[in-house]
Amino acid sequence: MIIVKKLVKRFGLKTVLRGLDFAVEKGEFVALLGPNGAGKTTFLRILASLSRPSLGMVSIAGYALPDQSAAVRRRLGVVSHMPLLYGDLTAEENLQFYGRMYNLPDLSVRVDDVLEMVGLSARRRDLVRTFSRGMQQRLAIGRAVLHDPEVMLFDEPYTGLDQDASEMLDGVLRRVAAEGRTVVMTSHDLARAGELASRFDILSRGVIAASASQASLGKGNLLDFYKQALGA
Amino acid sequence: MTENSIQNTPAQRPGGNYFGAVLAVAWKDLAAELRSRELLSAMLIFALLVILIFNFSLQLDRTTRESVTAGVLWVTFAFAGTLGLNRSMAIEKDRGCLDGLLLAPVDRSAIYFGKAISNLAFMLIVEAIVLPVYFVLYNPRNFFNPGFLGVILLGSIGYVAVGTLLSTMAVQARTRDVLLPILLFPLVIPVLVSAVQASMGFLSGQPFEEILPWLNLLLVYDVIFIAAAFMAFDYVVEE
Amino acid sequence: MSTQPRALIVLNVVSVILLAAAYYASLVYAPLEAVMGQVQRLFYFHVATAWVGMIGFVLAAVAGIAYLWKKDLKWDAISLAAVEISLIFFFIAIVLGSIWARPIWGTWWTWEPRLTTAAILQMIYLAYLLLRQGIEDPEKRARFGAIYTLLGGISVPLTFVSIRIFRSIHPVVIGAGGAEAQGSFSMAPVMVQVMLFSIFAFSVIFVTLFWHRMRLGSLESRVEQLKLKVMQ
Repeated sequence: MIIVKKLVKRFGLKTVLRGLDFAVEKGEFVALLGPNGAGKTTFLRILASLSRPSLGMVSIAGYALPDQSAAVRRRLGVVSHMPLLYGDLTAEENLQFYGRMYNLPDLSVRVDDVLEMVGLSARRRDLVRTFSRGMQQRLAIGRAVLHDPEVMLFDEPYTGLDQDASEMLDGVLRRVAAEGRTVVMTSHDLARAGELASRFDILSRGVIAASASQASLGKGNLLDFYKQALGA
Repeated sequence: MTENSIQNTPAQRPGGNYFGAVLAVAWKDLAAELRSRELLSAMLIFALLVILIFNFSLQLDRTTRESVTAGVLWVTFAFAGTLGLNRSMAIEKDRGCLDGLLLAPVDRSAIYFGKAISNLAFMLIVEAIVLPVYFVLYNPRNFFNPGFLGVILLGSIGYVAVGTLLSTMAVQARTRDVLLPILLFPLVIPVLVSAVQASMGFLSGQPFEEILPWLNLLLVYDVIFIAAAFMAFDYVVEE
Repeated sequence: MSTQPRALIVLNVVSVILLAAAYYASLVYAPLEAVMGQVQRLFYFHVATAWVGMIGFVLAAVAGIAYLWKKDLKWDAISLAAVEISLIFFFIAIVLGSIWARPIWGTWWTWEPRLTTAAILQMIYLAYLLLRQGIEDPEKRARFGAIYTLLGGISVPLTFVSIRIFRSIHPVVIGAGGAEAQGSFSMAPVMVQVMLFSIFAFSVIFVTLFWHRMRLGSLESRVEQLKLKVMQ
């Protein structure tokens, strides 16, 4: 579903990604872990078609980036740590706007469904700037699944969420995964990532330093694996 | 009720959504602004203040004032315009919404046109309020004739066409707020010169043939710069 | 530390010689103009620097297009060097023009098409430099710079036309009645010689300064690179 070969990303003289190889099968849930500054956000932005590779090959759902980015974007849902929502519009209006941008048919039905799914039907007519961070994040996920994407990218989605909100996010993420979508999530929260993901990749110094599946690790060993990968 | 199952995205209509996206962006800006009104109020108050300052700094008799009406108004619109342009783009950048727009599977230029249309709408709304106020304060002759209003429209279009593109650049720089006027004003001089001259022509009742070269220049500028901005927009939002 | 290549050292010497020769040519060799007198001698340098400055701007715009096409930062370095040096040349042209105008037109400045356009072109140069200053990512800086030079390149002819129309409708300029008519003079062949020589001399000087500026630019990059190495 996602194939990345020898991806290089430079910003002027600084090289952030140095020939990164990465592959995700359909339906996998990969947690991308790593220290700050390792390049996780840069990598995710490239996958999201928001940033161009300097060198290398990236393909998602069979379409190459950056040449076929429109085709990729149709199949991609992105949740970043910024809400990507308009504060002065209601929850409903935000979803309707994005629905129009994605040219979705039966928009009002779809919006209803999504609001239901993220548990915000009751607040649909409220302005987003009155929402708590947790609610905004939920709506952001709603926005991301609106067009039924095969692939979803989450960049540090738990940032700034309290316990309740984090649990709700867990639920939504589990559901998203259960629906068969392919997910790549970056996170600092090893415990949560450990619960949700089927595979763990460690990004360090611009390449994938280590990769392990949930099955091979067993619970509770993620931290050791992580430390080992970075120490190496 | 559909299940949230994976389909191979047949849920989207194939082909052209360009126009829909443009309208969606423009509509979104207008709807949000109607709620908060912060952009419009800032532009409006600023414009009225500028008119006031002009009144006190240029102590003019009636005839002289008639001759500077066009200039005063256009300077006012130019400065108030930068406020609107800046703010409109800043909203997108600050909440990361620009990324949200860029994620849509539609040609990037649709975002440009959508923003340009809403920026134009804001400018026209401010002009629609400032002009009657000016009329009430100074009672200039021949004010609301269609030629004059047409010039206001053409000039605003040219201004917004360049301004929207430049504000997209400026908002990505550290020196965001001061940068936009510095970038914009040198490029927009042909619009200001033509618009002021044509406005003066219509207000003083000059024969149409004399005003025509200015209108032509305005039209040429508008067409050229809408095309140029449209082509350049991709380069300005990619990373 | 690399020393100047031999060609550049030669060019330095040649430039100084040409400059001295141009001084001599315009101040001594050229005949005295009947109507305007000694002040007319400024004209040679004025035209030379203005012309070379204009070409510098065109060079910057072309280099901008080249950058957008090839994405090689070398073109951006060329654009920047061209703008910086043209900025100075143009400034000299404007100042000389102003000094010339004073005794001839009775005013330091007049809003005639070429002068006004020159002033606006200067503002565009400065805006370009300010734009670059506000952006940290080198690639983005290069892209934005290129776009701005192109937009500037399109608007300057339109500006010139607009002021030309303005002047044809308002022939009398503030405070310098009949300036246009008095400003012209017919050029004897010797004068043409001197003028062409001045243009040649300043072109060589431009190339020399340009080369120095490019070297400065690449030394700056070297320093940046070394800094990054030390930090990492």
